Amino acid sequence: MSDPVTFVAKWLEAYLSGLGLASGWIAVIMAALGVIALGSAVLLLDILLVWVERKVVARFQDRLGPNRLGPFGLFQPIADVLKLLLKEDIIPQGADKFVYNLAPILALATVIMLWAVIPISATVAGSEINVGALYIVAVGALGTLSIIMAGWASNNKYALLGAFRMVAQMISYEVPMVIAILIPVILAKSMALTDIVESQTVWYIVLAPIAAIVFLIGAQAELGRAPFDLSEAESEIVAGYHIEYSGMKFGLFYAGELLHALTFGGLFATFFLGGWRGWGAETYPILGIGYFLIKSMFMYWVIMWIKYSFPRVRIDQMLNFCWKFLTPLILTVLSITAILDKLMSGLPYWAYVLGMLLSNLVILYFVYQAVGRYARRERQRVADPEKFRVNFPVKSTASPSHLP
Amino acid sequence: MSEYLPLVVLFILSTLVAAIAVALGHLFGPRRPTERKLQPYESGMTPFGPGTRRMPVRFYLVAVLFILFDIEVVFFIPWAVVYRKLGLFGFVEMLLFAGILEIAFVYAWKKGALEWE
Amino acid sequence: MIYPLQVVFILVSAVTLGAALMVVTTRNMVRAALWLVLALFGVAILFVLLEAGFFAVAQVIIYIGAIAILMIFAVMLTRRIAQDPGPQLNSTWPIAAVIALLVFGLIVFLVQVWDRAASLPPPLPQGFAPLQELGVALVSADRYLIPFEIASVLLLAALIGAIVVAWERK
Repeated sequence: MSDPVTFVAKWLEAYLSGLGLASGWIAVIMAALGVIALGSAVLLLDILLVWVERKVVARFQDRLGPNRLGPFGLFQPIADVLKLLLKEDIIPQGADKFVYNLAPILALATVIMLWAVIPISATVAGSEINVGALYIVAVGALGTLSIIMAGWASNNKYALLGAFRMVAQMISYEVPMVIAILIPVILAKSMALTDIVESQTVWYIVLAPIAAIVFLIGAQAELGRAPFDLSEAESEIVAGYHIEYSGMKFGLFYAGELLHALTFGGLFATFFLGGWRGWGAETYPILGIGYFLIKSMFMYWVIMWIKYSFPRVRIDQMLNFCWKFLTPLILTVLSITAILDKLMSGLPYWAYVLGMLLSNLVILYFVYQAVGRYARRERQRVADPEKFRVNFPVKSTASPSHLP
Repeated sequence: MSEYLPLVVLFILSTLVAAIAVALGHLFGPRRPTERKLQPYESGMTPFGPGTRRMPVRFYLVAVLFILFDIEVVFFIPWAVVYRKLGLFGFVEMLLFAGILEIAFVYAWKKGALEWE
Repeated sequence: MIYPLQVVFILVSAVTLGAALMVVTTRNMVRAALWLVLALFGVAILFVLLEAGFFAVAQVIIYIGAIAILMIFAVMLTRRIAQDPGPQLNSTWPIAAVIALLVFGLIVFLVQVWDRAASLPPPLPQGFAPLQELGVALVSADRYLIPFEIASVLLLAALIGAIVVAWERK
């Protein structure tokens, strides 16, 4: 009884073949049942996340959070869902109805789709496709599309501007994030997430700490969470791309965002924290599910921690940080990792790990120095702007239709 | 093929669940539209002009730059999986490929296409 | 005998072709771009049916994640978004239709004549890893090295072109 999931699956398969079904249909039914179980678990978790998020925010802001409904306010998400269901369903004037309704559906569905390839324990993974790492990027691309659909179909300037900001941010930060994923791929020599987890006898956060940090920053930006929440800058464009959504459709965007945050926690755990790996997780796969959830929840908490600790950046800062700092940095780290991996392939594994860690620490030291220099110069510039003034030639003003 | 079956099923299932949620909201929610209510929300002001308007060209440049790196990464991936077996030649080739793209990146940087103003 | 995969193939192809038709007949340009996304997604599923998983995800990442987004951004640059862009057919459309039909007929004819189209290709050897094979082929001098390097030059040219067209005139 060390692995109940496989046990149940085996039993079901034997039962179905006992009914005299063809093996092809058994595969279809098994896939459907497995995925229904996975999907329901993810959705239930999603409803719970409403409570987790609200409670954690409250603690960060020195409040109590929901505490009236049920023990510790645990029934609060149910009340939230009911409230959203009973809200008025408004489709604004001039909206493209079909696209408008499709956008929130796609927003939630793409996030659930991500869970198909994440290995949850040694024996449980929705699908073991050999292009797992790229699949995540591809599904993320569909998520980007849902945002632009929402922004465009709402027929609202704020929504469109919010969607454009969000999409520009998502595609920008996708670049360093995907290159950061490449480093575990190089270390594991496979793109399947199951292989990446299995090869992590030492967690990759030790071998590639910079890639882990860049992935975390990229995740924060992909999620549009502070400090990268300028797509919903309240003082400028109110709520961003979902400004015109109400009731359950807004609820889907909200649920999608919460689940996306946990999903990125899970992906971080998979790529850098050894996924389901832990003491006894190989002999007792059921333990792996627990380890995986603990690691994912911890990373989800870190993402929230960052969100509620940092102020919002400006759009030029956001783009500069991505293109002029993160992308060159992660490209450097990628090439150094590739060279070192080649040079140290003959060494024993502990020396290999040590070499990777040391190289990362050296890079981190230089980056720290460079950022410190930049920050000092920037502080001087702010303190004494006259000294740094450059006389630009006067430009013709842009036409008023060019909102920044 | 069989490893793609769960993906297809999950795609159908998740879309269905989300669509049902939207339909339920449609079913249970009251609908008392007024003209004011259906107007685009612009912080309480009367909306002016069309809801879709022209966007700055900078967004377009970000997207072009993204395509460049996106394709680079897609080419990187099969290389990264095998590159330990490839020897020096394979490494130099990839360096050349990435180098040419880095020229494009540096060009964009120097031309100021990365500045938002 | 109808195979389930054949049914899937026919359905997906029909959706892809229908979406492609909508791309050229829809008057609203953003909607046309969204139909294009559906057509491209259909092509990605066709890649999956051919057991080319890498190409399927690459199709989604590059064409839907990057190029479709770029197209929508480009549409939003134009002056009359989502308005009637004028007539969709010009006077030469019958000639274009005839040429398209001829090309289609030629392809059908060639497939009929070509004997390899009638027989199934031999199955891939056991343990064949297409992704690894592709990685090796891309950087082997006797295989796809030249096209691979030229691709990067092409991308360089595309970026410089975009900057010259969109940025410098400011």
